[in-house]
This record gives sequence, C-alpha cells and structure tokens, in this order.
Amino acid sequence: MMSEHFDVAIIGAGPAGLAAADILGKAGRSVALIDEQPGPGGQIYRAIATAGEQRKAVLGADYAAGSALLGALGHAGVRHIAGASVWEVTPEHRLSYSLAGRAASLSAEHVLVATGATERPMPFPGWTLPGVMTAGAGQILLKTPGLLPPSPCVLAGSGPLLFLLATQYLAAGLKVDAIVETTPSGNLAKALPHLPRALLSNRYLRKGLAMLANLRKAGVAHHRNATGLVAEGSERIEALRFRSRGKDHRLPCATLMIHTGIVPNVQISRALNLDHAWNDLQQCWHPVIDAFGATSAQGIRIAGDGGGIAGAEAAANAGRLAALAILADLGEISASERDARASADLAALNWHARARPFLDALYTVAPEFLDPADETIVCRCEEVTAGKIREFVDLGCLGPNQAKSFGRSGMGPCQGRYCGLTVSSIIAHKRGAAMDEVGYYRIRPPLKPITLGELASMELDDDDQRPAA
Amino acid sequence: MADGTFAVIGGGLVGMAVAWGLASRGRKVTVFDEGDRAFRASRGNFGLVWVQGKGIAMPDYARWSRLSAQHWPGLRDELRDAAGIDIELAQPGGLQMFLDEDEAEQTVAQMQALRTALGGDYPFEYLGHNAVKKLVPEIGPQVVGGIHSPMDGHLNPLYLLRALHKGVRAAGGTVLHGPRVERISSRPGSFEVHRADGTWSADNVVLCAGLGNARLAPMVGLDAPVVPNRGQVIITERVRPFLNMPTVHVRQVGEGAVQIGDSKEDVGLDDSTRGDVLAAIARRATRYFPLLEGVRVVRTWGALRVMSPDGHPIYDRSTACPGASLVTCHSGVTLAAAHARVVAGWICGEQAPGYMEVFGAQRFALQAAG
Amino acid sequence: MRNVSHFRRLDDAAGGKVTLTFDGEAIEARAGDTVAAAMLSAGFVAGRETPVSGSPRGPYCLMGACFECLVEIDGEPNRQACMTEVRDGMSVRRMHGARAFG
Repeated sequence: MMSEHFDVAIIGAGPAGLAAADILGKAGRSVALIDEQPGPGGQIYRAIATAGEQRKAVLGADYAAGSALLGALGHAGVRHIAGASVWEVTPEHRLSYSLAGRAASLSAEHVLVATGATERPMPFPGWTLPGVMTAGAGQILLKTPGLLPPSPCVLAGSGPLLFLLATQYLAAGLKVDAIVETTPSGNLAKALPHLPRALLSNRYLRKGLAMLANLRKAGVAHHRNATGLVAEGSERIEALRFRSRGKDHRLPCATLMIHTGIVPNVQISRALNLDHAWNDLQQCWHPVIDAFGATSAQGIRIAGDGGGIAGAEAAANAGRLAALAILADLGEISASERDARASADLAALNWHARARPFLDALYTVAPEFLDPADETIVCRCEEVTAGKIREFVDLGCLGPNQAKSFGRSGMGPCQGRYCGLTVSSIIAHKRGAAMDEVGYYRIRPPLKPITLGELASMELDDDDQRPAA
Repeated sequence: MADGTFAVIGGGLVGMAVAWGLASRGRKVTVFDEGDRAFRASRGNFGLVWVQGKGIAMPDYARWSRLSAQHWPGLRDELRDAAGIDIELAQPGGLQMFLDEDEAEQTVAQMQALRTALGGDYPFEYLGHNAVKKLVPEIGPQVVGGIHSPMDGHLNPLYLLRALHKGVRAAGGTVLHGPRVERISSRPGSFEVHRADGTWSADNVVLCAGLGNARLAPMVGLDAPVVPNRGQVIITERVRPFLNMPTVHVRQVGEGAVQIGDSKEDVGLDDSTRGDVLAAIARRATRYFPLLEGVRVVRTWGALRVMSPDGHPIYDRSTACPGASLVTCHSGVTLAAAHARVVAGWICGEQAPGYMEVFGAQRFALQAAG
Repeated sequence: MRNVSHFRRLDDAAGGKVTLTFDGEAIEARAGDTVAAAMLSAGFVAGRETPVSGSPRGPYCLMGACFECLVEIDGEPNRQACMTEVRDGMSVRRMHGARAFG
C-alpha cells in the first residue's frame, strides 16, 4: 500500500484544524487535513460550506461566522481527506484510517490533533430509549438535513448548548414544550465570585442572557433544579419523569434532547498515552499542553476543545498558535517571528478564558449524572449498570480497567466514549478517591471499528516494522 | 510445614487460583494485588484450556497440562458454588489448523513423538481439509487440514478472574489492592511483606507476581528468570454463533465476539499494540475463516506473557527460606485448575505428582552447565 | 413500531429526492441525507435491538461516536446510519441481536 508523507497531518477539520491548515497552507507546507465528515467545519460549523441562507439565519450569526475558515481549503498544499475515520495514530506519526471501506495510511513530520469535544455522558434510567438524543445530535439534524423533532419535544439537562438549541428551535418555528434544567441550585452562588472577571468578556454573558429572555418571552415552560430524571417508554420514549421544587412531574414527549456540557475528546491523546490532568471545575480530563499545543510526545500537538474546553473561537486561535509553532519547528520561521505572530491569538485566548470560570461554575454537572443510581445503565454498548460497577469496587477494583475486565464496560463498539467518565466517577465516589487516582480506560486501536479485511490489507513499509524476535 | 497464614503476591489468574486453592483448604490467605494499570497477563489472555502441542520438548509439561484440563470441571463446579459465577467452561475438543502442508506434517510428527514419549496415551487426530470442514463448516479453501484433540477446550477468562476474586473473599481470604510489593524480608518461621502503604507479616509466602517474580524471588532464596513476551489479541463485534469449538488462533466467546490471536514478540515491558503484527494476525484469521473479512474489529489487546527460558512453568519451594514458594507460568488459564487443586496442596505439603520436581528453577542452572 | 410523529424538514432543505426502503417499506429522503436522517424523517426512531438484552436502540449522537444507530445497509450489518449517505434504491433493515455475516 502507498503511504504518503506530509509535513503536517491535522486530524479534524473543525475550527482548530481549519485555522491551522490555513497558516500552514499559506506557508506552502504540505498538509493532510483528515476528517470523518463529508464536509469541513467540524461539529460546530457542520455543513457550513453548503448551508443556505435560511439555515444560517436559524442557526445564528456565530454559526455563519464559520464560513471565514473555509479559505484554508484553497491552498495548493492542503489536501482535505474527507469521510476518513482515523483508527490509529502511532508515536512515530503514522496515521491509519478507513476511507470508503478501505484501509489507508499516511505519515507526517508533525501531527496536530484537533478532534474537539464530545458531549459528556448523561446517564439516567431510560436514556438508552429510542427518541432520546443528545442536544448535539439535535443541532446536527438542524445543520445537515434540516430536521426538526416531532412534538412534544422536551430538552433536559444543563449548559449553554441546551439553551442555544432551544433558541434555534424557536427561530425555526418549532414549539419547545419544556426545558427541564438540572443545573444544581447552589451553582449560581458558586459562580458569582467569577462574575467580575467574566464581565471583562461580557459578549458570552450577554448572549446567554438574551437566549434566556427569548425563551421566557416564547413561553417555554422552564423547570429548574430538576432531579431524579427517568425516561419512560418501551419501544421509544413516551415521557420524562423528574422532581422539581418539591413536586413530581411527568411530561409526555416524542423526543427528548439531553445535554450536560461538553468534554475534550481524548480518544487519540489517551491512545497515545500522553499526559492528562483532571480539571475539577469542568469535571473532565484534558491532555497536558502548553500555549502552542505541545504535548508530552515529540511532534504531536493538540489544539481546540480536545485540549481543554474553551469554545469554537478559541479553538481557531489555538489552531493558529499550534501551526505557528510547527512552522518554527520546521525551520520555516524563527522563534521571534513565531512569538510576534502569536501575540494576537494569545491575547484572544486570554479574552475567551475570562468568561470560562464563571460558565464552568454555573453549569457544573448535577451529581446524579456523576454517580448515578444503581439501576442506571452506564455502559450503553454492553448494558452495564452503575450498581454492577459498585459491585466490582466491592470486589477490589481500584480503577476502570479492572472494572472493564470484570464486567465488560467500555468493551463495546463506542470504546468507552459514552461511559469512560461515568465509570471512573462511580469508582471514585465509591472508593472516596480522587479521579486522578482512579484513572481512565486504557484506549487501544482501532479508535473506530474497522473490518478484519481492512486490517488484513494493511502492509507497512519495511522501515516502520519493529524488529521482531 | 506450611501451617499458619499465607501471603500470596499477585492477584492475577495464577495468584488467585493458588489463593483459592489455599483458602478452600481452610488456610488463611492474604493476596497482595497491584493497581488498575499494572501489566496484567490475566486481562490479555485468550481463554483457551489447551493441551495439544504443549510439552513437545518436555513430556512432563504435556502430562501436567492434561492433568489440569482434567481438573477443570471440578474447579468450575467449586467456583459456581462459592461465587455463583458460571465461567462458561466448554471442553468440546480443539482444533489446530494449517495453511501449509509442510507445517502440518512437521507438527503431526512432533505430536506423534510426544504421544510415544507419553506411552501412547495422548489422543489427537490429523484431519484433511474435508474432515475439518465437517467439524467446522466455515473454514476457507486455504486450510489444508488440522489436528483435532478431544483434550482441549476454552472458558471465559474474565469471568474466571472475577469468580476467583469472589470465591477467595467468600472463603475468608483477603485481597489487598494497592501499590506493588517492594520487598519481602524473612526471619526463621515468618515473612514480612513491604509495600508503600504498610508492612504485613505471614508464616508463608507464595510468589505469583508474574514478571514481578524476577525481582522478588531472590529476596526469599528463589530464582525466577522470567522475561516478558508480548501477545496481541484482536476482538470483533458480536456475531451469530459460527464456531462450535476453539481453535489455536480463533475462538468465539460466549457473548458472540470473536477473539483472534496470537503473536510472539520479544519487546520488553511494552504492552502496546503494533499495526503490522495485528495486520498479520488478521490476514491469517481471514484465511482460516473468510467469512470474518467483513466483521468489524472493536478492540485489540497487547498483553505480556510471562516466559521462562524454556517456556515452561516454574514451581519451586525455597530451601534457604522454608515457607516461601514460587508459581509462575504463561498459561494462567489452562493451568489454573492444577494451580488451585494440585499446586496449592503441594505448597501445603500434600502429595503431588512425582514429576512436580522437574519444574524447579534449578533446571536452568543444569541446562546452562550441560 | 413506526410512529406517527416524525422529524420534519426546515423549508429550505435542498437536495433531490431519493427513495430507499426501510424494512422493505419505501421511504423518501433527500440527496445528501444520512440514513439516520432518512429514518427519523420517516418516523423510525429505532434501528436495532441490542445483542445483549434485545432492547431497542436508535440514533443518539448523530456524530459517529456512540454506535447506537447501527443498521443493516444493502445486506451489510452494523453500518452506522449517521455516517452513511442515502442512495437511490438503498435497502436498510433493522437488526435483531448479534449480526449475521452479511
């Protein structure tokens, strides 16, 4: 098999990847911009290259602004490899991927991982029923096929994306029947000390307040401090039960969109065994990186939400910074030129960072999703419950890898993406141990399932083969 | 001899099987186990209870493997009663398939020689392509034949590990998970086990620490010249049942996933996976079973086998520090029944097969001298 | 299984008409749709029963990460509906338990 070599391989064509590709492409470097979706933009600017005017109006100005990043694809040296699932990244900078059912690979001097965020798992009884989807899924359906969910439609959980989706639904003329907010009641008080700093970049707050006012004006029922969520139904969701302000509620629904924040997608950084740190406020791990995205591995950088949640605009800043550092590493620019060109993006990152502690404290995840009730399925693929994980702790499991071998959690096709944080968190609660002490799943290739035939077709160049005894 | 309390170092399949054997004999056992990301052969193994082809160069190892296979139904029942877990043991016989006539011929000759060395009691049969296809209809045209032996079988190794942990606790044993054992000191009649989180004393100590044995054995007058050898395993999505008996390289587990192995690399303490080796494993599997080509791989595993210089187990009792013993091998599943039902008794001074002595580490010194 | 309530289109959703079948029943989609979008707009929220317990599942994350939307497409089992574009004449089937070999 031919394996092409590039100056830089960028994984992910979202804001960070596109912004980096633009800088590198302008400098005449060869770039493989590899992404799983058919079009550029990542999840946040999904279908940005093809969205019509009405779609952009519904999705809002922040979405439409993503068009500005598409210039990256115009550089001769930038090859956009779309529809490709990367299933292995080696420390030697080889990427194996699957494209239209065939295995392929490439290698690069430098690797930039720009794989963004995923939605935090929000486990509660019934969250596996058909008709329950993530708010991110709701947005994707708006962005790509332009689909609105059937009524009654309920949104449940916490975080800006939930309110953004409700606002977009209203703009599209869909009646949102209720928002069931699970934000813990003490959060506002905990967030207030961060407010003065957040006001220094008050565009975020102004936007948030405008969204809330909009929803109020539209008469959307808003249940606050909701706890004890249970989705009911047999073949699909029929109703959501919960408790709010001392009263039990049961809302019929045809679709339930759930969301409780986003977390860095760490599949690649974990598979590479890079250093990670636990962020207690955001309740997630992130790879340890410097201002230019450098990781603990030589020649591998991370930019965007995959390095720590900061949002789409900050991701573009981080992508540019990583690209400048790569140009300096390649000898294309001097260190002083790098630093001079970096100053605007560094300042912008600082600006974005001001609102973050306030938002993080305001939208911390509710305890019932971190340490769910025994009967809750936490591993959707293998249908392992929270109670089972606790049983394994009683049997001596100190961390998620032992729990995995005792009960198969994390062994299904999603490879732990939707249970990893929960399983570690349940173990930490049960043991009374810190998350860093409990640790995370060992992630192994393939990062996405590939057929045995594809794997069998892989033939690596001689110089990549390790000496075998 | 060997009365009183036991410290078992290592909570993998070897240590837990020995601990279960001791605890079910009424001994007071404490197992010292490492943390979540320790190098664990137990998590990466293949689940075969396998006899054919083992001990080509050491007939006593063939006897021993077979004895363990015979003990398996008994251990299965003990664990079901003690832990309430069915380990999915099945011993329908097993198949070693060949893609190459020469390789088949050579292996059959070796197995025939082994059968002779064992006095004829070593059941297996070489089957040509058509006869193999009758047993396992899904084989591909490139399979030239295979050796079938009724001695072989398989089980679910993850259930086994869980059942042993549960069983040991149910029998009054203690498992202390935490940092690794740093040091073992001995005084006449007792031992002290030192970890970063404390020190424990015991009348006896059994080293079952896998690769860790190499470091710990000299502290109690034993020798464990073991080195890591990485094995890689591919696991697929669940498929409908297609394979009714285990083969050396491919087996279908109870829940439907297909496990595919195996490789032998000498890479030191690196339990990552390598694409080139995995591709070779996948190629071989699709030649055995072409229908697997479109089945998706959901996981791969690299785990470290614990290999002695001749690949055979080491069982030893310390003469310098009476009460200390060593159990180490790379076939933690196949031999778990022997470890629980024979080795634990041998450690306690019960009668054991005469050939147990050949598994002592002094054989390496003799080989070196010879 | 099919529910009267289905996802509806925003007016401007472009793309030519594509016809495919879901469990043998003809459904309409637009060019560029994913199979998951086509299913949802036709009112099918579930595409399979799990190999573990037989419980129903359907599209959940729509971004290729959760593997809940697996269906059989043109005879090939366990394809991600949210990552596969529709094609005229495509045959999509629900799956019941572990996959066959296709």
